[in-house]
Amino acid sequence: MNDFKGQTLSWQMVNGAIELALHRDPCNEIGSLTLEELERFAAALPGLANEAQALIIHSTLKAGFSAGADLRELFQRGQEMENGAALRGVREFLERIHAVMNTLDATPLTTIAAVHGVTFGGGFELALVCDIIIADRMTRFCFPELRLGLIPGFGGIPRLKRDLGNAVVRDLLLTGRSFNVVKAQQIGLVSQIAAEGEGLRLARSTASQVGKFDRQTAAAAKAFVKPIPYEELKREIDIFCGLYSRPAVEEGLRKFVENEGVQPYLP
Amino acid sequence: MPTTDHTLDQILDLAATHFRVPREKLSADDDFFKTLGIDSLQALDLLTRLEHHFGIELPDYELQGVSDFRTLANRIQARL
Repeated sequence: MNDFKGQTLSWQMVNGAIELALHRDPCNEIGSLTLEELERFAAALPGLANEAQALIIHSTLKAGFSAGADLRELFQRGQEMENGAALRGVREFLERIHAVMNTLDATPLTTIAAVHGVTFGGGFELALVCDIIIADRMTRFCFPELRLGLIPGFGGIPRLKRDLGNAVVRDLLLTGRSFNVVKAQQIGLVSQIAAEGEGLRLARSTASQVGKFDRQTAAAAKAFVKPIPYEELKREIDIFCGLYSRPAVEEGLRKFVENEGVQPYLP
Repeated sequence: MPTTDHTLDQILDLAATHFRVPREKLSADDDFFKTLGIDSLQALDLLTRLEHHFGIELPDYELQGVSDFRTLANRIQARL
């Protein structure tokens, strides 16, 4: 299926590149429906890849690329189930999202995340599976999970460690602070900075460039320089699940969900 | 180095322009969430614009509990 229009995301083929567009209001929070549609995309990807040179992931929403996991859904499910069932549900969700992320990470296509605005938590983790991150000047990245008593759970830590120095990873993870594109480029996370609103255009230009090369060669180069840290990814799920059932997490999620003020995304 | 008053003026100019609020309606001790009518995502957008404008990095935890322009100017001034 070359084109798909879902409730949370859509994809289409544009000039030899697959464009996966996220469009779930308010800021592409990743919950069970997004996961289902991401799984649908991951299943279609091998077929799509036969006809494409590159994959671009972007958001059509003004607020940003993605605010990360759907914390409201996570909190509600935790409230509706007894602890054991809730934990099993969390583990199943993580294993499913990891399978999607691993598929995107491993695709022989050259993958480009065109990010803007809020690129937090699970949204940041989705960008990290891509080979190249092109960031709009107004992008803000953040791993805020420690504020909730958790760690990133969609593969963020192993993939950040793969790409950046460990000292920077510790700073970003242990402070939970957000940072802009200048910092992101300084630490080697972002390869190109786009003017405001120009990220997708730059991503398309980059996709066009990578499409000039022999696909088998590009795939071999990618596999050589971008190993997937499967063992650490599994450990991340175990650590997340080990932390999840504690009262501090329920309290952190409740505080976020019940915050009716204007500052839920600020520390 | 610019004075804190000069920094404050620049913040008010930038906020007025970006959020399309008449500059004369903004003053140093205003709660910028209320005066600009912004939420936390828009506050992060303002923070990013201010970082670019002043060429600084301002960790968002330094803005914890900060909601008025004057304190914001002091936080920025400390990084110039």
